[in-house]
Amino acid sequence: MIGLEHYLTVAATLFVIGIFGLFLNRKNVIILLMSIELMLLAVNINLVAFSAFLGDLVGQVFTLFVLTVAAAEAAIGLAILVCFFRNRGTIDVEDVNVMKG
Amino acid sequence: MTIGSDLNIILPEIVLSVFALFALVGAAYAGKDKLGPLLVWVTSALMAAVGVWIGMSGDGTNIAFNGMFVDDGFSRFAKVTILLSAAAVLLMSQEYMARRDLLRFEYPLLVALAAVGMMMMVSAGDLIALYMGLELQSLALYVVAALRRDSVKSTEAGLKYFVLGALSSGLLLYGASLVYGYSGTTLFSGIVQTAEHGQVSLGLLFGIVFLVAGLAFKVSAVPFHMWTPDVYEGSPTPITAFFATAPKVAAMGLFARVLFDAFDGAVADWSQIIALLSLLSMFLGAVAAIGQRNIKRLMAYSSIAHMGYALMGLASGTELGVQAMLIYMAIYVTMNVGTFAFILMMERDGAPVVDIDALNMYSKAEPGKALAMLVLLFSLAGVPPMLGFFGKLYVLRAAYEGGLAWLAVAGVVASVIGAFYYLRIVYYMYFGEEREALDRTNPPVLWGLLMISAVAMVVGIVNMFGVEGAAAAAAAVLVN
Repeated sequence: MIGLEHYLTVAATLFVIGIFGLFLNRKNVIILLMSIELMLLAVNINLVAFSAFLGDLVGQVFTLFVLTVAAAEAAIGLAILVCFFRNRGTIDVEDVNVMKG
Repeated sequence: MTIGSDLNIILPEIVLSVFALFALVGAAYAGKDKLGPLLVWVTSALMAAVGVWIGMSGDGTNIAFNGMFVDDGFSRFAKVTILLSAAAVLLMSQEYMARRDLLRFEYPLLVALAAVGMMMMVSAGDLIALYMGLELQSLALYVVAALRRDSVKSTEAGLKYFVLGALSSGLLLYGASLVYGYSGTTLFSGIVQTAEHGQVSLGLLFGIVFLVAGLAFKVSAVPFHMWTPDVYEGSPTPITAFFATAPKVAAMGLFARVLFDAFDGAVADWSQIIALLSLLSMFLGAVAAIGQRNIKRLMAYSSIAHMGYALMGLASGTELGVQAMLIYMAIYVTMNVGTFAFILMMERDGAPVVDIDALNMYSKAEPGKALAMLVLLFSLAGVPPMLGFFGKLYVLRAAYEGGLAWLAVAGVVASVIGAFYYLRIVYYMYFGEEREALDRTNPPVLWGLLMISAVAMVVGIVNMFGVEGAAAAAAAVLVN
């Protein structure tokens, strides 16, 4: 029988993979966008699992909002990335370094 | 509750968003960027008008959409601060942006939409409303950070802000999902019942920690501050001024709202986290700014330090603490509007200058502006006769009375360290060696805002313009 904790474990694993993808990746900014997407989807699994477990619909409504916002976020991220590529001619994470912070 | 009364409560937000949407469509059809200057004035006037309207009209606590949206004294105080500062910053940017061909018509509208997001944030009564408000604000801010599309620095700032902002939204959302799962509701009024009597389940505690981490990103508290200096440096200066004012108030307001409305029963749990964030922010902001020669980066570290002081008020977990935080944020915003008005006037041959060396012997060429800047810098540092000192005094008192005497002592030490880099600028202006002078331009709007904010720092000590009483009333509503 697959219970709530199994879903939570999967979601937590995906979330951690997403965070590691953000911090360990040195190659490509697109991979950062994928990692962010992975984190948001992990949250969605969490929300839907809780929603089913609690018998409460709000979690699924929340999921729909998150999906919508994630799409808008990805669109804005890609747009900024295109602008950056035009100026810099590369999208390597290592080259995002004009300002040292 | 009928839908009509609900809509009536969110009327200010509706007015602003409908204006932004119509203006967006209208400008896209009509004259394109020729409408930019007009739209800046109209948007700024509308935001100021809505701010005054909110300040004058509302009374009591109104709850809309079954508790998702709360309009009370606290949210009104934050909204007035947000709208007035956003309007002031928008006016300041007009001349700078127009001369650099950056005044696209989208800019004022994105600022207006960000302001709507911020109004949602401080009025959120539910995790979904919190998330939607936060994202509306953030998405607009990512775009304005990268507004100068042909500059590597600006697009890089936008990219960094986007990636780290999205990471923080992810953290916040994960926390929200855990809070929902372990309390069974997304309404703050429901969550607070689960966390009553200080009995917090482990899952809920994890949720609080993730939520706080996500919010700490938005207020740029250490250790989640990495994006701040780069974004401040890379964005066009008027946009940096915007980042340093309204979004900070909104994020602090949201922080207070979540902590007190949803987790009032778990004060002991979150107060230590906030105290640590506050301690680290104050010291990193004070120490790291010493090595900065770029005034925009310096202001970034300065804002990190100031957020540390504001968080100190929250950490005390008392009504006095919230009042201190609100007063501190109102003073901080006023000081920053003036300081950035000054930075926007720093030019040589029409090109912006950000190096603080350029201010050497500035007092000789422009005694009036140098004096105003001196007042503002003293106030930022917290030197006694200025208003900034009283802001610090309030948070220190709140921390002391909240049983965090060690944090108050640390705050005093950090403010002494931090005074060094503010006073160094004063030293350059009055006693430096003579260098190539800056342009003597005095755009009336910038000059006026600089003088108003400097005068406010001195005159305000009489009665703080009534902010004290308003903040006390706002805090009493939030903490009960």
